[in-house]
Amino acid sequence: MSFQKKDLITIKDLSASDINYFVETAKEFKKISLKDIKKVPTLRGKTVVNIFYEPSTRTRSSFEIAQKRLSADSLSITVSQSSVVKGESLKDTLLNLEAMKPDAFVVRHSESGAAHFISKITKASVVNAGDGINEHPTQCLLDIMTVAEVKKDFKSLKVAIIGDIYHSRVARSDIYGFSKLGAEIYLYAPHSLLPRMIEYGGGKVFIAKSMEEAVKNADVIIMLRIQKERASYYFIPSIEEYRNFFKLTPELLSKADKKVIVLHPGPVNRDVEISGSIINENKTHIFKQVENGVAVRMACLYILIGYQKLNG
Amino acid sequence: MDKLLIKNGIVIDPLTKTEVKRDIYIENGIIKDLPVKKPTVDKGVVKTISADGLIVFPGLIDMHVHLREPGYEYKETIKSGMEAAISGGFTSICCMPNTKPVNDSEEVTRFLIDKAKNLDLINLFPIGAISKGLKGVSLADIGKLKEAGAVALSDDGNPVEDSALMGRALLYADTFNLPVISHSEDIKLRGKGVINEGVMSERLGVIGMPSIAEDIGTARDVILAGYYGVKLHVAHVSTAGSVNIIKQAKKIGIKVTCETCPHYFSLTEESLLDYNTNAKMNPPLRTEMDKRAVVEAIQDGTIDVIATDHAPHSKDEKDDTLDAAPFGIIGLETSLPLTLRLFHDKKISLIRIAELMSLNPAKILNISGRGSVSNGYIGDITVVDLNKKWQFTEREIKSLSKNSPFIGEKFKGKTSFVMAGGKILKEN
Repeated sequence: MSFQKKDLITIKDLSASDINYFVETAKEFKKISLKDIKKVPTLRGKTVVNIFYEPSTRTRSSFEIAQKRLSADSLSITVSQSSVVKGESLKDTLLNLEAMKPDAFVVRHSESGAAHFISKITKASVVNAGDGINEHPTQCLLDIMTVAEVKKDFKSLKVAIIGDIYHSRVARSDIYGFSKLGAEIYLYAPHSLLPRMIEYGGGKVFIAKSMEEAVKNADVIIMLRIQKERASYYFIPSIEEYRNFFKLTPELLSKADKKVIVLHPGPVNRDVEISGSIINENKTHIFKQVENGVAVRMACLYILIGYQKLNG
Repeated sequence: MDKLLIKNGIVIDPLTKTEVKRDIYIENGIIKDLPVKKPTVDKGVVKTISADGLIVFPGLIDMHVHLREPGYEYKETIKSGMEAAISGGFTSICCMPNTKPVNDSEEVTRFLIDKAKNLDLINLFPIGAISKGLKGVSLADIGKLKEAGAVALSDDGNPVEDSALMGRALLYADTFNLPVISHSEDIKLRGKGVINEGVMSERLGVIGMPSIAEDIGTARDVILAGYYGVKLHVAHVSTAGSVNIIKQAKKIGIKVTCETCPHYFSLTEESLLDYNTNAKMNPPLRTEMDKRAVVEAIQDGTIDVIATDHAPHSKDEKDDTLDAAPFGIIGLETSLPLTLRLFHDKKISLIRIAELMSLNPAKILNISGRGSVSNGYIGDITVVDLNKKWQFTEREIKSLSKNSPFIGEKFKGKTSFVMAGGKILKEN
């Protein structure tokens, strides 16, 4: 088994067996994080550059820890402290970094398509760590891994994705990823925050008529973060209203399958999209997601840089 | 009164499209098929109304009324508005949110519903605001409005100028299956106009409102509804242009419905001749050509509803120049007689009137149990004497305001009985 691409930009590029390969590899790497000495020499002598054009706590530390555990040499560029603020274009920044011969870039950008753009410029591998509203493939893989640890078969699994789907790169990647594995996806959101055209490569994707329909007998519930700014652009009336009609409450959760897995990509707005008590009472897999995130990112870097070694 | 029998009336039922002479039996406020054992046997328990030679309609519903409470009780209160409605044959009215405070919150919606409940007259269905304060800047708490009892949303009088806000309002309201009623108008193009732009505005030397300001507004709103695949109801259609846009939109499957008001098929801009402020409203009275188009659209089904846009203003407010007087006329007490003229002129049937004034408003607003005279429906009934001749005088107006261009008008056809939930509110 191997993966025949230099980059991980979009889940659309991955077949079901590719996804399984990433997840199985991540399961192996997860063991390293559980050891006393959490370090292997797998990527010794390799250079990874993290460029974050958008603030991030979880994803960035997850990638940095993954790199350290694989013994890669890594550096992180924060845009506010870089020459970008002096007016350098994305292309020039990348050409300069490219000249320093890195093996991989990890890119987070507020513009959709940024990781794709960079992958065309550089010979190094590019991992998309979130581009605009487009995709967040490593989040999708860690979500799948978290579910796969509990559920063996994804066929006919009911996955509810609830919240600001229109603006969510997590939703986009998850819809592609879970449906490639045969799951049925139920989307629910204020209709102003639903995607307009729904066509996800032939996957079984449905719009639920109510929150209840979405969560009823669901095996997986993925709650998305709602940003306060959405009210300023008329997508929702107010956070208060959102809380009243689109929050996952314990009552709603009780309608899901008894063994339901509740996910949230973070950061969580407690008591806006999800009742704080659901998290406090340990009824979510949110921290499992974060734990698996490191393993998934180790697997991604290992697989992509490994491909470089064979084909570079 | 738990048992009521309406005997020998000609019953117009728009749901089954029937016009049959039959009795209507109402028990505990609900219309029931006549029991096999005739209820007339135990006299005294059953109240009987003779509707010999009269027409029995399902209770009329006016989906576009401005009650001025809270805030402007000197123009109209909920009570006076309801009394005018009863006089005009209505058993349900829907009130627009442009009160003070604006009905953009559950508190105001609940206030209206509670007040109506205490009055115990006819049904009141509040319409909430699309945008907070009708300002067109941010969405009102639409889910909350629905929960409190609002049946629709509208920024009536203040067209939503921002297309993004209007589009997202349509989508967000669709989440709650709440209909949106648009006052479709390009307000920049309307400008400071006070009457229709054309011959009359030139003759009077006042600033006109071009009819295309309405057409453009209608086109935009219909396009938004079509693109997003959601429902839209266009208020007070008055131009040939709007009628045509809606007709075409319906043809291609856009989920649009619309209403017109009796004054648009009864009057033209000629009524403004004497700078008559009681003929000033928005949209304004248009031309003969527009009037004809509206009548045709009522006939061919393009127009779904006749609503009044009942807009009371005090005598002092209307007693001013055409420029300064406020827009709007009262309409609850003249709506049915004006519509009956279309019947007397053989333009539409009585069944069509029942559709336009009862069934369709109930359907558009998802008001269940109303709009038909059949088994299981609520006992809201309007009984009409088609041939009764009468004159509309200012003295008889039940509304607190008297701003009607129809004062002095002679009519044929008048409401004889009105009952809501089986309770008789008007008897001859």
